[in-house]
Amino acid sequence: MFPRPIEQAPKHRRLIYQLLLPVSLFIWLLPLLAIFMTSIRSAKDINTGNVFGWPSSFEMFANYSGVFLRSNAGQYFLNSIWITIPTVAVSISLACLAGYALAIYRFRWSMPLFFLFIAGNFVPFQILMVPVRDLSVQTGLYNTVTGLVLFHAAFQTGFCTLFMRNFIRALPFELIESARIDGVKEWRIFWFLVLPLVRPAIAALSVLIFTFVWNDYFWATVLTQGEASKPITAGLNALNGQFVSNWHLVSAAAILAAMPPVIMFFLMQKHFIAGLTLGATKG
Amino acid sequence: MRSGHGNSLRLMPVLFIAPALLFFVVYVILPIFQSFYISFHEWDGLGEMEWVGFGHYAYLLDDDRFYTSLKNNLLWLALYMLAVPAGLFIALYLNQTVRGIRLYKSMFFFPFVISQIVVGLIFSWFYNPSFGVVGHVFEFFGASPPSILGDERYVTYGIIFAGLWPQIAYCMILYLTGLNNVAPEQIEAGRLDGAKGWRLLWHVVLPQLWPATFLAIVVTVIGALRSFDMIAIMTQGGPYGSSNVLSYYMFETALSEYGFEMGYGSAIAVVLFLIMLCFIVAFLWKMYQDEKDWR
Repeated sequence: MFPRPIEQAPKHRRLIYQLLLPVSLFIWLLPLLAIFMTSIRSAKDINTGNVFGWPSSFEMFANYSGVFLRSNAGQYFLNSIWITIPTVAVSISLACLAGYALAIYRFRWSMPLFFLFIAGNFVPFQILMVPVRDLSVQTGLYNTVTGLVLFHAAFQTGFCTLFMRNFIRALPFELIESARIDGVKEWRIFWFLVLPLVRPAIAALSVLIFTFVWNDYFWATVLTQGEASKPITAGLNALNGQFVSNWHLVSAAAILAAMPPVIMFFLMQKHFIAGLTLGATKG
Repeated sequence: MRSGHGNSLRLMPVLFIAPALLFFVVYVILPIFQSFYISFHEWDGLGEMEWVGFGHYAYLLDDDRFYTSLKNNLLWLALYMLAVPAGLFIALYLNQTVRGIRLYKSMFFFPFVISQIVVGLIFSWFYNPSFGVVGHVFEFFGASPPSILGDERYVTYGIIFAGLWPQIAYCMILYLTGLNNVAPEQIEAGRLDGAKGWRLLWHVVLPQLWPATFLAIVVTVIGALRSFDMIAIMTQGGPYGSSNVLSYYMFETALSEYGFEMGYGSAIAVVLFLIMLCFIVAFLWKMYQDEKDWR
């Protein structure tokens, strides 16, 4: 193990390390703590500049409910959910199929197609912006939740396919070979043999894509306008304008917007990290 | 051997891959070529397109705002790279087995999970000279606080600093998992040979961490060139376009309040794409080499 385990170090160094841990975490998360403290302060504290001191009163409930009562935050939240969940479902389904094809079958186009999916992942969004926006306008999908879902699903399919293909390739190929020899049909092999085995990959991709899409801001501003289909990230920008200098409300809204991915991360931490490291981790 | 026989085995991959490929081509691959096409035209997004050839590209050469954005993009790339060693440093710091370390690791990872819009908002407030933390710290020392986001000299550094926060967390997690996979025998062997500290890290550990380093560099380059959200929420490219980057300048131009300039916007997007393409080709080349070894 590197660095040398602290258990082997002299006692005082072990103590210093264990004291340093909470201190460094506190500094690291200071911006977050500070904004949380702001979100439970009263407007008076904000105006009198009480940033570090003890809050003159705790307004957590008033501020957080104020976000919903004084703005369209509720609508934005619902929109985010309606955009995120279907995107996760569609992109992962497509990627299971495509990843299976690229991993199991050897055909001439398998390598170029695989690299096409990878390369597509890396492109800057701006090179897609004008045509995708135009396509959405032409098909009546501009400013709709469906329009955002279709784009996100298509784009995330690239990453999901890359991930699935690598995951399926690491499965023991003999399983599939022997099923074929037994005369099992191809789609049945996929459905009954491979799909149950890729459940960890599906879990990893679900949390990851959820987070990516929930946090998307660019496409939300390019493909929507007005309240009906705006997700919470774009909504937050609108709130920021609406609550100018009402930092207690803005920070409460920011914390609310950040909550769902944070909860997802804590519930499915192992899968999340497995996804981010492209499955390089074991346990 | 992964070769099959019979017609079904030849047709199956096509059926399996067709839906994903169709989606991907319509929304990702074709738009790239369409953007190239549009960049040779004058277009407001509604009416007829008018052919201008390389006109927009010629115009770019004389556009100060374009040069500012390009310069800032390079600054982002260079400074964002600090996330890689910083992430390694924190990963080494946390790679212990004391009680509660798992919780510490996930808390350190926290900033990455949060939307960049939220991170941007947090730091806008943090930097705010009259309400924020920075303002109060300066006042505490009796100095008048600088307006970091309002000053052309500091603004880009201020945004990059905010962007580094989640990016360091990302690199840290890549290195933490990498450190898990480092072979303990080699480290022990290195220690027996008398190597420790930096020498051990440099000669024994880092070579084994190369996959993590590669991935960290890839995601950091992409992150730097994609930077958009933070600029949009913190400064909208201001003051006077001094914190602009190509991605935001493109957006601002194409969907400008003074009339959409889709053609010129696309030309900026093409430049950004070509910069990214250099990296994409390098990444793919490396991955292709790995694939060959794997077979």
